[in-house]
Order: sequence, then C-alpha cells, then structure tokens
Amino acid sequence: MLAKRIIPCLDVKDGRVVKGVNFINLIDAGDPVENGRFYDSEGADELVFLDITASSDRRNILLHMVKDVAETVHIPFTVGGGIRTIDDVRTILENGADKISMNTAAVQNPGIIHESARRFGSQCILVAIDAKKDGDNGWKVYLHGGRTRTEIDAVEWAKRAEALGAGEILLTSMDRDGTRSGYDLELTKAISGTVGIPVIASGGVGTIEHMYEGLTMGMADAVLAASIFHFREISIREVKESLNKKGVPVRLKW
Amino acid sequence: MITVIDYGMGNLRSVVKAVEKYTGRVRISNDPASIKDSKALILPGDGAFGMAMKHLDELKWTGPLKEFIHGGGFFLGICLGFQLLFSSSEEFGFSRGLDIIQGKVKRFSLAGYKVPHMGWNNVAIRDKSKFLEGIPGDPYFYFIHSYYPEIEDRTWMLGEVDYGVRFPCIVGKGNLIAAQFHPEKSHNWGLKIIENFTGLVCS
Repeated sequence: MLAKRIIPCLDVKDGRVVKGVNFINLIDAGDPVENGRFYDSEGADELVFLDITASSDRRNILLHMVKDVAETVHIPFTVGGGIRTIDDVRTILENGADKISMNTAAVQNPGIIHESARRFGSQCILVAIDAKKDGDNGWKVYLHGGRTRTEIDAVEWAKRAEALGAGEILLTSMDRDGTRSGYDLELTKAISGTVGIPVIASGGVGTIEHMYEGLTMGMADAVLAASIFHFREISIREVKESLNKKGVPVRLKW
Repeated sequence: MITVIDYGMGNLRSVVKAVEKYTGRVRISNDPASIKDSKALILPGDGAFGMAMKHLDELKWTGPLKEFIHGGGFFLGICLGFQLLFSSSEEFGFSRGLDIIQGKVKRFSLAGYKVPHMGWNNVAIRDKSKFLEGIPGDPYFYFIHSYYPEIEDRTWMLGEVDYGVRFPCIVGKGNLIAAQFHPEKSHNWGLKIIENFTGLVCS
C-alpha cells in the first residue's frame, strides 16, 4: 500500500541551513548535506529545501547546494523559493533536485507551470499555495511569503494548477503557520478532496496527533513539518511508529 | 564501462551519482557507438513514452539497444526506461515500445487513487534474482509515474506492487533488470539494487 509521506522542511539562506536540526552531534549544523543525511537516516520520506537567500549571487550559491545534496542524499528532494523562470527550473533540476516548488511566480505567470511540466514532466513540478481563510468565502491565495493578499480562491487555484500540469500541491495555511495548533483540516480536505494530484499539508503542526489528523480527516497524502523536527521534540521514527499503530500506512523499515 | 543513455528524457545525474558510489567506470553518452566498449547500459528517464521512443529512434539507439539486450548484455531500466521495454503504450493513442517484453503500458484511472502514483510503496518480491540479493521480501521503493504495464509474459515478473491495481514493477531475466520505481531515490534498498548491478557488471 502506498505510504503516507513525512517530509521535513529546511530553510536555507546563502547555502546554509538556518532552520535545521538544532543539535550538536552534526559536524556542521548549517550544512544542507549533513542535515539531509541526518533526516535521510532517520527515515524521512522526502526533503524540502526552501531558499530564503536575498543576495544577488543567490543562484550560484543555491546550485552549489543542490549539487552537494544530490550527491549524498538518496531520497527525493524538492527545492523552492524564488524560482521565477523556466531557466531557474531547468538549472535546479539539472543540478540534481528531483522536484521544484513554485509559488508567487506560478500565480503571476501560470504559463510557467504548463511550460515547465511540458518540458520536464509534471512529476517534478510542485505548486505551493499559501492560503488564508476569508470569512465565509473560503480561502484566498497569498503571495510573497504571505505578505500579499490576492482575490484568488485557493481551491479554484489548486484545480487550475493541476489542469496546467502541476504534479503535486504543497498547501500551507497562513492562519495556522507557526501556531502549532494543527493543520487547517477544512482547507486541506477542501483541496485534497477536489484535485486528483497529491497534496502535502503544511502549517501549524505541533504534535503527532496533528499529523494523524492531517493525513486522515484532512485527506492529505503527505505532511510537512519544520520546527518539531528541528528542535528534536519528535523524531521521524516516533511519528511513523505512532501513525502505524493508528493504522496509517507509513514506511517503517529503511 | 557502464553507459547511462542520454536521450533527452530527464535527469541523469542522480543515477550516475548512485552508480559512482560503487564504481568509477560509468559515463553518460547519447551516441550508440558507445555500445562497443560498454559492458552495461542503463536507461533511465522521465516523461512521455512516445517522445522517448522518438528520441531513441532519432539518435539511432533503438536497433543497437535491442541487439544489446537480446545479446545478453547487462541492462538496467529505470522508470520510463522500464516502461519502454514493453510492446506498446496507450499514451496519446498508441506508441510502439522496444517490445522486449510482451505487454501494454496503460494510464491509471481508478476512482480514489491519485495520479501520479507518487511516494513509497511496498513491493512484493515474486521471484529470485541475482540483482535482488540482500533485499527483504517487502521493501519500500520510491515511485512516481502515471502509467503502469499490463504484462502478458509473466515469466519476466520479479516484483509486484498494488496501487488499486496490481502490476509488475520489477522485471528481469538473465542480465536484464528494470524497475518502475527509482532505485537511486529509494534509500538503502534502492541503492542495494544498484550495488548488486554494478557488482555483477564489474566482477
């Protein structure tokens, strides 16, 4: 049976992990490769690297990191953050990333989803959606890391992204992000129940129970988490053993 | 020498890197003349079946590749490189395959099952193979695909997986092995297949 995926997310700045595993037995706690290797050995099913570099040579730094990670980590990894052009997509994939994630650029220029899916295959094109509840009117899409509101309905946008060729949706609830009060299950279910492509739930996880809820009530295919893994409050193995006991299919042996 | 065939269908880097863990004798080539000094060929690939066959035809790989396989050369097919071994695909109507294994590649269309089939699924190993030595009976491997094969000649089947429909995901005979999943992305058990393959080629 297809396993539900548990995916740690790492923030990267200037080629260094800034929100990574917070502990001392890594040789270099800021090294993306070391972090990748750690999560890989812990049983992570995939990794997401989110680039938050603002400097002008961001691209070269990023490509260097992608190359290093690809050489050592033998589970799939996604790179997101600031990807704007087909050329960005191409070079990141050529340097060894398995998937790329687009957010703002995809909304501003939806054609890039279609074009990159056509050239590189839907399997490597993730569309990330940051959504926030809009009273009784469902959820609206936000851009620029949640700073810019749009009038786009999140469920409609997810459907459109699928039609344009996205292979997967990475869905973050702006209401829940950072709150540790659990995923927005209503939002996750609304989108996962509507699209025919996998949905990764993100934003708000604080406990294993939240992950269980996201994968069952929220109907997510995968759950993404950052801080609970980085601060080693919960290990991936604990998450998986607990989910397994509750009947959620997970990859337990590796 | 192990040659990874570059026919413009996706990322070769992670495959090469995985092979390089076990041997330095690996290269990428788009030239069928490289067969002459190749002991093994690896056919990876993502994307469209029809386009892949077109590229193999244009680069003049199709004939030499089939000859190499029929002649008992070491061959590893991955993902699209696994599907291409079958007779045909129904992608965009009909596309002819390499026709090494009788069978047809079809698109998933089951209610309640998302497409692509993406993530880790456990494989039932159905038959022994020298390429699968040291791998447990129900290992998880990483899949990402929208089409699956319906096999006619089941003597090729080494492993099966269930995604609403059961289908062969590892096939092999003699010196050939091919997998629908990505061994290079499947952690320890995936790497074990690559280790076994390179070990047998280089021994």
